[in-house]
Amino acid sequence: MSTPTRTPTGAPEHLTGPGSGGVGDDAQRPDGVLKVRGEFAYGSDLWMEDMLWGVTLRSPHPYARIRSVDTSAALATPGVSAVLTSDDVPGEKVYGLELADQPVLALDVVRYQGEPVALVAADHPETARLAAARIHVDYDVLEPVTDARTALGHPTWNQVHDSTAEVTELSRESAHLHPEGNLVRHLKVRTGDPAPTADVVVVGEYEVGMQDQAFLGPEAGLAVPAEDGGVELHVATQWLHVDQKQICSALALPPEQVRLTLAGVGGAFGGREDLSMHVHACLLALRTGRPVKMSYNREESFFGHVHRHPATMRYEHGATRDGELVYVKAAIYFDGGAYASSTPAVVGNGGTMGIGPYVVPNVHVDCYGAYTNNPPCGAMRGFGSVQTAFAYESQMDALAAELDMDPVELRCRNAMEEGSATPTGQVIDSPAPVVELLRRLEAMPLPARSGDGEVDLRDMPGGVSNTTHGEGVRRGVGYAVAYKNVAFSEGYDDHSTARVRLEVVGGEPTATVHTAAAEVGQGLVTVEQQIARTELGVERVVVHPKDTSVGSAGSTSASRQTYVTGGAVKAACEKVREQLVARAERLVGRTVPDLRLAGGAVVSDSEDITVPLADLLGDDVLEETLEWRHRPTEAIDPETGQGFAHVQYAFSAHRAVVDVDTELGLVKVVEMACTQDVGKAINPQAVVGQIQGGTAQGLGLAVMEEILIQDGKVRNPSFTDYLIPTILDMPPMRIEVLEYADPHAPYGLRGVGEAPNISSGPAVLAAIRAATGLPLTRVPVRPEHITGT
Amino acid sequence: MRLTCTVNGTEQHVDDVWEGESLLYVLRERMGLPGSKNACEQGECGSCTVYLDGLPVCACLVAAGQAEGRQIGTVEGLAGPEALHPVQQAFLDAGAVQCGFCTPGLLVATHDLIARHGRPSDAETREALAGNLCRCTGYEKILDAVRLAADRMAEPAAGGDR
Ligand code: FES
Ligand code: FES
Repeated sequence: MSTPTRTPTGAPEHLTGPGSGGVGDDAQRPDGVLKVRGEFAYGSDLWMEDMLWGVTLRSPHPYARIRSVDTSAALATPGVSAVLTSDDVPGEKVYGLELADQPVLALDVVRYQGEPVALVAADHPETARLAAARIHVDYDVLEPVTDARTALGHPTWNQVHDSTAEVTELSRESAHLHPEGNLVRHLKVRTGDPAPTADVVVVGEYEVGMQDQAFLGPEAGLAVPAEDGGVELHVATQWLHVDQKQICSALALPPEQVRLTLAGVGGAFGGREDLSMHVHACLLALRTGRPVKMSYNREESFFGHVHRHPATMRYEHGATRDGELVYVKAAIYFDGGAYASSTPAVVGNGGTMGIGPYVVPNVHVDCYGAYTNNPPCGAMRGFGSVQTAFAYESQMDALAAELDMDPVELRCRNAMEEGSATPTGQVIDSPAPVVELLRRLEAMPLPARSGDGEVDLRDMPGGVSNTTHGEGVRRGVGYAVAYKNVAFSEGYDDHSTARVRLEVVGGEPTATVHTAAAEVGQGLVTVEQQIARTELGVERVVVHPKDTSVGSAGSTSASRQTYVTGGAVKAACEKVREQLVARAERLVGRTVPDLRLAGGAVVSDSEDITVPLADLLGDDVLEETLEWRHRPTEAIDPETGQGFAHVQYAFSAHRAVVDVDTELGLVKVVEMACTQDVGKAINPQAVVGQIQGGTAQGLGLAVMEEILIQDGKVRNPSFTDYLIPTILDMPPMRIEVLEYADPHAPYGLRGVGEAPNISSGPAVLAAIRAATGLPLTRVPVRPEHITGT
Repeated sequence: MRLTCTVNGTEQHVDDVWEGESLLYVLRERMGLPGSKNACEQGECGSCTVYLDGLPVCACLVAAGQAEGRQIGTVEGLAGPEALHPVQQAFLDAGAVQCGFCTPGLLVATHDLIARHGRPSDAETREALAGNLCRCTGYEKILDAVRLAADRMAEPAAGGDR
């Protein structure tokens, strides 16, 4: 079979970037020109002459038993080539990232609204949709379980002053959605005095709604049956090899027969870590013997990927009169929805980092992930840390108020620093400039108040809807700081593979970097080029299309790719460099201690040696492939949560300034300021872009973004009703990037993408509280929370 | 049905178009022009923005039949075969392209904005681009790109001063 007419990431020569730009430069993206020309092939752009369209029939019910499925009318529809159900899955019928518990196609029970039940392939997408609507599924509708604590049989909270210790053990009385019960994971952190007391105690309950990744490029891909009986899948995803593993299991095919290539990815933010259309398209392609394209529309996308876990949290903070934290107790509930996805790891993050970047001697945290009949939840940027940051930062503000202390001062007094111990007993062994991040924010000038002079409606809450000219508008300023682990934790064998080739092409030394690391928009392809340029001293670096013909790079998530795949590319380049230096030394006939690569040559500063790589290589090709690992982490103790769980932490802080129309409850974010330590900015422009984008997603969760669920059903699966920030909602941002090297990381770098997504929302919430004087314990904040109506 | 229209200056004929198809579908799936994007197909995101007789519209909301006999301009028509249009170059230089899925729509919308306003104020830019969602950038670098493009496009006439 031929390959798609539009290859997913363009031919390699298209990925050659501009001829400068090593580590630390604002190098331009190698895929940028294709993207601005409209020629970059995203998953949904793939096309082949004889391809079919695949569509999914999904359950309308959050919880139901399937009595029967009748596909005959669908099959009889002209233009339809195949209709498949779970009976047609040749291999394992369930899959999952951490636990295989999710059916490829529904078995006898559906556990969430939108669960895939059947597939149709037809010659036109509308034909396929029409045929899917003709599949008759007989459901026995069951009562859904839609609350995490109910699912676990835990009492619901209703009184703020009950102790967190009252959370009982699992009663296991509620419906068992899965054979093992409804608990996915319970993580405990115990350190210090189990029954501490303090002068001042603040208790709060908090709630975070379900956020959607809302990447703009829909789930899409093209599966092409191969002559060897296998399949080639071009797909927009985050981790080719974990997809491959799950697809192989479902198709009962070996990895050699399931070859994946990354299609252009229109954003991911965690939402592409789980499978969506991957196995489905392969099943249809193998059944029909024709290429099958699947591309979700926006409504289906809301059902087609996992979301950010909604959380309910109860915190108790105890402090001395002068503002030193004595203890924190917390109970954190993540609603994992119908299937496990990455809930265990989300619970890991929520629990281990659940009290924020503060030093606290006595900590008692229980963090739970539960199965319910809500949509499955899994990875989203910030991964378990976004939810808890709303709670612990709100607590810090409440405590500051109780102590009559400045909130920034209270944070600084208790801030982590290098050498501090986390609640899990891990000593922070690289810079942790929490105080500096906050103090720098404080030192930034505040934006001028609009309304001093002529009122521009566009600066008002409500904007040109003309809801106010400044009457009832109050300004508030809020601060928040957060931290987040970088890369995979808790003993996971987290590695990446890089293949680096060096050869002379057209007289010019040319490096090719081949990894399977998914470029999702963040700019990893640029970073790969920059590292190769710096390490090999060449200008021309080609990024090979991302596929499974090289080893796993691990996931594009957990802010890890620049660290881990960057580390792998660096290490592979170093091995190529060793070969070049050895060749140069053979040429000059002796050892030269300071040989290095620069300007396309092996050079020495102490001696007058310049050996062009073109001469050194001739027709030879040097190639090195290696697996690279960051230093190992370890599993935490199941009873105390103690252990070296995380390899690195990223720190960021935000200050938000808001204007609130207190009569209508409308919020206008006036300015966001962010400080972040990135260790080393490999590409400063891209780093700032990550901070700006992450800030926007945090702001969105604070004031507008929520998947509304009623009785297990999604009420707003569209961009009409699920709002994400527009250019009108986003204020100007002030950003300061700090570079304190982490001695354990390549170039001293720190993962960047997630931290700013964590601290921005709590700062906005704090600012709204400051403006209104209301406690505001739930995000997103809605107008009625402010007006009390 | 048969559809005839002019896309980026070239007359196009397409047969067997089903009445329910949108202009976006016809461009992407029948004319081999997938540059206009399909982020929502609900008229809410602007990723499918194209010119229809010189006015920017969401191609996902235009029924294919409505394009009969009309002039359509897409992102693929902005640049010449060699050089990028200054708006495209400015998006690259400003770092306004991450995943790039919003980019084609934003390029057409920005092209139109600068054609109408020359050097738009930030407030004008925000109003004009309010219908174009971007999930990656937080919009700061998109504003930078608009300013950069407007400045560069004004420069030959204005001599580079502001
Ligand atoms: S795809 Fe047309 S507006 Fe979103
Ligand atoms: S760059 Fe990804 S949506 Fe704008």
